[in-house]
Parts: sequence; structure tokens; C-alpha cells
Amino acid sequence: MRRNKESWLIHLIIILFCIPCVAAFLIVVSVSLSKEKEILKNGYSFLPRNLDFTSYRYVFENSGQIIRSYFVTGLSTLMGTMLSVLLMAMLAYSLSRQNFKLRTPLSFMVFFTMLFSGGLVPSYILVTQYLHLADTFLILLLSGLINAWHVILLKTFFKSIESALIESAKIDGASEYRILFEIVMPVARPAIATIALLGSLARWNDWFTCMLYIRNEHLLTLQYLLQRIMLNAEMLKSGMINIPAGLEKAIKVPEETVRMAMVVIATGPMLFVFPFFQKYFVKGIMVGSVK
Amino acid sequence: MLEVKSKTQIKVKKQWFDKDNRQLTLLSAPAILYLIIFAYLPMFGLVLAFKNYRYDLGILGSEWVGFKNFTFFFTSQDAWRVTRNTLGLNALFIITGTAFSTTLALLMFEVKKRFCIKAYQTILIMPNFISWVVAGYMLYAFLNPQIGFINKTLEMYSKEGVMWYSNAKLWPVILTYCNIWKNCGLSSIIYYGALMAIDNELFEAAELDGANKLQKMWHISIAEIAPVILTMTILSLGNIFRADFGLFYQLTRDSSTLYETTDVIDTYIFRALKTYGDIGTSSAIGFFQSVVGFIVILCANGIVRKLNKNAALF
Repeated sequence: MRRNKESWLIHLIIILFCIPCVAAFLIVVSVSLSKEKEILKNGYSFLPRNLDFTSYRYVFENSGQIIRSYFVTGLSTLMGTMLSVLLMAMLAYSLSRQNFKLRTPLSFMVFFTMLFSGGLVPSYILVTQYLHLADTFLILLLSGLINAWHVILLKTFFKSIESALIESAKIDGASEYRILFEIVMPVARPAIATIALLGSLARWNDWFTCMLYIRNEHLLTLQYLLQRIMLNAEMLKSGMINIPAGLEKAIKVPEETVRMAMVVIATGPMLFVFPFFQKYFVKGIMVGSVK
Repeated sequence: MLEVKSKTQIKVKKQWFDKDNRQLTLLSAPAILYLIIFAYLPMFGLVLAFKNYRYDLGILGSEWVGFKNFTFFFTSQDAWRVTRNTLGLNALFIITGTAFSTTLALLMFEVKKRFCIKAYQTILIMPNFISWVVAGYMLYAFLNPQIGFINKTLEMYSKEGVMWYSNAKLWPVILTYCNIWKNCGLSSIIYYGALMAIDNELFEAAELDGANKLQKMWHISIAEIAPVILTMTILSLGNIFRADFGLFYQLTRDSSTLYETTDVIDTYIFRALKTYGDIGTSSAIGFFQSVVGFIVILCANGIVRKLNKNAALF
């Protein structure tokens, strides 16, 4: 009997921690499904009083901006992560090879970036004044391309691969390129998958790069679009294509519900996909913190 | 004789940079090039802190002003405010974060049903997958002065609503709470992993000695993962000068009435740079942050090294 009571208490406390997590998501979804008038009168609540899809209808009818942002975000996430994983794997592999003469200085170069950086201002001046990458798609790709922590993670993993595997390939006369792409990478799939997932998540959720460098409305990422809408729901109207001229001012945006609908639409995919990859995600962080 | 000589020459050449090394260099080149351009070049840009930068003159052409940018910043009220906020809030985050995560991990460890553990962990880790922008929206749903959930509920009980986004004093607590909400799930899973790695024999031996649950928790669980927690904490403290920009910018909606307690070094630099175009001040603070941050990391690492050589960064 004593055991049961203790066990209930433990479950209760954990559930208390879980409630805020669920509540936050619940309130967003519920408001997105409510009538705007209800919300303005009775405030945000956990259960929609009248189920109403107006906000979603509004978003889909004026979806120009959102679709653009989805496209930009999706493309930059996909291409950015692929490029990033490729380059980092190449570097990590070189650093893991004992016979590589430049191993020590280059490893230090990578590691040092975790300790010291130039900071925001020099980077900003470099990117905007000297590289002229402001307002380009390229900066979305290049931002955070090489992550020292991930490189070290990969390097450690590569090092743990049985040397016999690589040695026998060497004896057969394989080049380092072949060894990397045909032997090491397939074996290192878990580590690569982890890095790819962590990188994808970071890129999908990125808004800072946009906020710093991008003004062109055609290049906004999803999260940055959300941020702009938070401050000004009028932003959404720029996606409208079917308003008769002159009527723009007359149409009122159901602000609060539409904002929440946008949050659901922008975050939905990520939340849906990620629990499945929870295992890799956690493992990556764990290995990283153990170093 | 000639033949022998050329053979030795060939041998020496081969030892230094053979085909393998050339290929490896080529493989590492793109990433290294990236680091040189985007990580190392900006380090030279730190010199901006000592110059009066003008866009038309470039970095080299701009006038050298010595410490003028620094004196301007440090003699203003802002210097103390942002430094205090950064250090204070980060320290608060680390302490509360660690406390809550370990508690959660220990509690989770006592749960026996695998299904429950999986369910709890999935729920707890969800906040980690969203951006601070989305978290800002969620907070807004609760704290909006007119229609937010909290104020409306207070209204129902005939109490006065709180002007959340105008009262700076409340925000250290709000921000700490949000930080825990977003990060504790993941941290607790990591600590849980560490707990799972403890040798079961220790627990069985304790059972035989008649230890109860609390004693086992204290003497075994906590004792075994204490080194891990300690080193992770000290390394986090090493980053105490760097704030999570998203947290401070998105949650507060960059509301100036809250700057007193929520403005940190990173948000200050950003504002000075983008809103005011003040390259001088922003680069001076950036310099300050980079250099002091570097020293702090070295110290933190030094301490961790003394305690547990393997856990140190280097």
C-alpha cells in the first residue's frame, strides 16, 4: 500500500510539470479555432466556445505570403542541411585520420571557434559591406553552415570506426574520397542522421538571420514572418490577391485568431515530425555534452 | 651512385605530403575556408571597437579613436544594467534549470512503466522543438493585458488584471519560468540517461543493507551523477556572458518598458547596431563581451579540469 501512494505522488508531480507544456500548445490551437468576436470579448481560453474555421479560411485565401515563406524555409532547410552535413563530414573525416599532417592545427582551428568569436557587429559588417550577401538566398544557406560542436561529434564517431575496415580499403588502393563516401559514411549513418536532424530543426526555426540581413519580402522565412505578424497582423494582407481595388482598408483582419492559426500552420509540421526522431535528437545532445 | 641518390630523394618527398594527405587536405578545404571567412575574419573586425566606423571609408579607412567608444558606453547607466541583467539572469537560469532538471530526472527514474516514461518525455521535450517566436506567441496568449488567459481569469474572480508587459519587476521570474519550460525537458532526459547508466549492483547492495528509497536516491543516484551535473553547470557558467537572444527578444516583444530587467548584452548590441546604427558603441560592447567571455570560459574550464580531467573542454 505504501508503495502505491509514493508512486502516485511521483506521477502527480511529473504530470504537474507536463501540464504547462500541453497547456501552451492547447491554448494556441483552441484560439485558432475560435470566433474572433468571442476572443475579443471573453479572452483567450482553452476550449473554443464556438468551433470556427474562419481564421484558417482567411489564411488560405490570403496564402501568398505564407506559401512563399514555406517555400523559402523548406528550400533553405533542405539545401542548407545537405550542404552543411556534406562539408562537415568531409572535414571531420580528415580530422579523424591519423596520417593527416594538418590534423592538429585544423582541429584547433575548429575548436577555438567555440571559445572565442568576433561577435555580432564584425560579422554584420563583413556580410553586408564586404560580401554583399544581404537580401540574398545565399546568406540563408551559409548562415551556421559549419558547427564546431557537430564537427567534433562526427570526428569522434569516425574515429571509433574499426581501423581494419579502412586499412583493408587502403591496401586495395582506394582513395580517401572513396573511403569516406563508400565506407565511412554508410557506417556512420546514425551520427550523420543526428547532425542532419539537429541542423534541420535549427534552420526551420531560424528567424535571426532574416531579422539581421533580409528586407526583401520574397525571402522571409516562416518564423520571421510569424514575428512580423505578431507586431502587425496587417502584414498578412500583403498576400491578398483578390481584393477589389480600394476595398483594402475596409476588410478587417481577424487578428488574434489568425495569428494563432499561423502559429499552428508554421509549427505543425515540425511538431508532427519530431517526436519520431526524438531518439536521435536526445542521443546527439547527450553525446555532445559528454564531448 | 646517381640512381641511389634519386631513390633517396623520392623517399624523402613521399614522406612529407603524399597523395593521401593531398586528398585529405582537399576534403577539409571547403569547411576550413568557410571558417576562415565567417569565423576568423570577423575576429579581426574586433578592431572596429577602436575606430569611428564610416560606411564609405571601410574598416581600414575609418579613423582610430582609441578607447572613446568604451568610455562612452561604460560611463552610461546602460553598462551596469545590461551586464547585471545578463549575469544575474543567466546565473538564475543555470541554478533553477539544473535544480528542476535533476529533480525531474530523479522522479522519472522512480517510474517503472516504460510506456509512462516515454509519454512523459515526449510531452516534456515538445517545447524544445519550437522557436522562441512561437513561445512568445504562447506567452502572449496568457499575458495579454486585455484578453490574455490570466487577466481574464482574474477578472472572473473580480480581481484586477496585471499589466504584464509594462511591469519590469515581474520579468526575471517570468523569463526564468519560460527558460525552465523550454529547456528542462531535454536536460532531464540527459540526466535520466546518466542515471540509467549507474550500475544496478549498487542499488541491489543498498537494498540488502536495508536502505529506503530516499537514502538510495541520496547516496547513490545523486552521488553518481553529481560529477556530471557539476561539470555541466560550470561549463554553462563559462558561457554566462552570452545570452539566449531569442528568449530575451521574443518573449518581451522588445518592449522598452521592460528593459530595466530584461535588456541583456546581446539585445543591447543588436539594438545599437540595427535600430540606432551606432557601430561604435555596439562594437565596443561586442569586444567587451567576446574578450571577457573568453576569459570566463578559460577559468571555468580550468576549474572543471581540476575536478575531473576528462570532462574539461580541453
